[in-house]
Amino acid sequence: MNLSYGQEHEAFRREVVAFLQDHREAGARPGRAAALEWQKLLIERGYAGRTIPKAYGGYGAEPDILKSRIIAEEFARAQVSTGLGGQGISMLIPTLLEVASEEQKREFIGPTLRGDVVWCQGYSEPGAGSDLANLRTKAELDGDEWVVNGQKIWTSTAHLADWIFCLVRTEPHAPKHQGISFLLFSMKTPGIEIRPLIDMTGGHSFNEVFFTDVRVPAGQIVGRRGEGWKVANAILRHERGSLADPNTMLSRLNGMKALMNTETIDGRRLIDDAVFRDRLMKIEGEVMAMRCNDLRMLSAAVNGHDANLAGMIVKLQTTELRHALEGLAIDAMGEMGLVYGEGAPHLRDNGTWQWNYMFYLGLIIGGGTSQIQKNIIAERGLGMPREPKLATA
Amino acid sequence: MEFGLSQEQTLLQDQLSRFLGGNGALERTRRFAAEHQARAPDVLAGLAEIGATGLIIPEDHGGVGLGLLDAALVCEVLGRHVTPAPFVGSSVIAPLALMRGGDAGQRGLWLPRLAAGSVTFGVALSEATGARENAGVEARDGKLYGRSLFVIDFEADVYLIADRSYQLHLVAADAPGLTRVRLPTIDVTRPTGELMFDGVEAEPLAGGADPAALIRGLIDAGRVMYAADTLGAAQAMIDQAVAYARTREQFGRSIATFQAVKHMCAEMAAALEPCRALVWYAGHALESLPDEASVTACHAKAHVSEVGTRVAKTATEVHGGMGFTDLVGLHYWFKRIGFNRQMLGGPQAVREDAARLQSLVA
Repeated sequence: MNLSYGQEHEAFRREVVAFLQDHREAGARPGRAAALEWQKLLIERGYAGRTIPKAYGGYGAEPDILKSRIIAEEFARAQVSTGLGGQGISMLIPTLLEVASEEQKREFIGPTLRGDVVWCQGYSEPGAGSDLANLRTKAELDGDEWVVNGQKIWTSTAHLADWIFCLVRTEPHAPKHQGISFLLFSMKTPGIEIRPLIDMTGGHSFNEVFFTDVRVPAGQIVGRRGEGWKVANAILRHERGSLADPNTMLSRLNGMKALMNTETIDGRRLIDDAVFRDRLMKIEGEVMAMRCNDLRMLSAAVNGHDANLAGMIVKLQTTELRHALEGLAIDAMGEMGLVYGEGAPHLRDNGTWQWNYMFYLGLIIGGGTSQIQKNIIAERGLGMPREPKLATA
Repeated sequence: MEFGLSQEQTLLQDQLSRFLGGNGALERTRRFAAEHQARAPDVLAGLAEIGATGLIIPEDHGGVGLGLLDAALVCEVLGRHVTPAPFVGSSVIAPLALMRGGDAGQRGLWLPRLAAGSVTFGVALSEATGARENAGVEARDGKLYGRSLFVIDFEADVYLIADRSYQLHLVAADAPGLTRVRLPTIDVTRPTGELMFDGVEAEPLAGGADPAALIRGLIDAGRVMYAADTLGAAQAMIDQAVAYARTREQFGRSIATFQAVKHMCAEMAAALEPCRALVWYAGHALESLPDEASVTACHAKAHVSEVGTRVAKTATEVHGGMGFTDLVGLHYWFKRIGFNRQMLGGPQAVREDAARLQSLVA
């Protein structure tokens, strides 16, 4: 056991802290132009695109998990933006780095990282949710163009995106996992229709996207024909990994303590109610367990071990725990917890408890439902057999 | 940075597991139960040979000189094998009390014998974590009066007693005026009992340590040990449930292929796996992170107990009717987890302690 990050890394931490002290105002300026400026500065200093090679527009540092963790920790502590996010940066870039051609890397990674190109992800379909490989959107080669027809759903930020990375069926006669290809194309291509999908929080982040004879240059395929499933799985790994953020969970827990210290019923603070105090401590214990689990995964990554089961359970446990945590705050508020909507009288903490309570239900479902996670844990983690396949007619 | 077990720690667990598993594990426990044995000298001798009895005792007192995280790792293995042997009281709390609170004479007298396994200590701390039936011990003129319930590692030669003012005393098991009453509990693997004191000659720990801080440290350590024991017992239950599900066939197929069964197993594993890291952290904190040690010990005890109880129930259900029988013997683990849950404070009591430590209780 050695929980110290070591001298070199603590020196690095001091650099990050000094940077944040000098530049925190620049990081807080509103507006898209300021956000792009901030992103540029972060890349220059190695706080964004840190391990992306210089040739593709990154900072070009050697991968160092602890340094990345220190950056995340200190930016979170200072409550300063870590720069642009989104599926292009968090999911597409790592995938392109692994599987794309040299030409594609040079063309797409830099503009994506700088925020000049915003991406959306075209994966799920009405008939392909948990069974993603069942997707039906097809692309047929016509001369030197793919012709795409079909429908995607749950497409986050499609209405804001410049480009889409999209799974399409190109080999209709191949087994379902081997008939998929990974295409990149502009959202301005003729034949694309976007319909908003309002979610239970009242927000609009998801969309339905319809493709009618959308023509895509043949070269805009990542990997070879029929290899799209492998490419997609690399991305899903990134998505599942990115959901775990024990620091956010801790700050929500502290927020709830503050809430229970001020919120009253019949003039008595909620923290003085033994039942609510016990529920708070129960959640605190669960958060502590997940933080320790995270420390174990961090250590495994630093020392080159596989986290195995400790990693497989994270998506399931953290989304369920966050949902429960946010729900406890609503219970503590009682009727006050019903108040929701911007500017509503008596609204506590900008409605973040209610919003997160609903949002995390979405995350329990999205990115591989809790039930799919349990299948993965049972089959890959515990070595239990798969369900027998139904005989097909 | 390294948060995980060292090679030596893994080897220690493997060595212990080989001994306990090789010693018949469940069969040994069954014999212990069936014959109403009070002690298992063969098991104790083996533990002494491996160095488990003297694990945390310094080398100059005949021990191995390891830490409390190592002791927790031993507890995990004892829980995994439902081992009928004293440990939490005799090999952790008592030596820790002597090391931190005893004078040179007390340390020199008892620590080598504890390390060798030639003497065992019982520990009466229950009243410090919540007195039942208003039990408690008072010291007057060097003599003890009153009673203490749920003494840990009851079948002992010497007892470590906390009185109402948290002063710790040593009492010989055969001291005049001491009445010992064995308390049968659901967990036959760890005998417990009641001590009644009617003017019993006692020797206070004389090292001059602050009694409240000393006892706090002992309770913290004990709680982490019980959490670790539950971790091992619960893992054993999951392993047995998964193995059983794979071989048991119904409707023409292994029940492990049914999602209803798979998801029960996945839920158990998903809940228990973070407990492993929590126990490591809490064990490490006991000696290395003094500011966090007590709260972490509370949460380890409470959370691992809650998860352990759920695992105990679910793993039994996965076994169907067989889980309910003595044939499979799963109930030894079920009951061990139940014992660990209540000793030194049940989850609610321990969580209230965690709240108090953080000044959340008015």
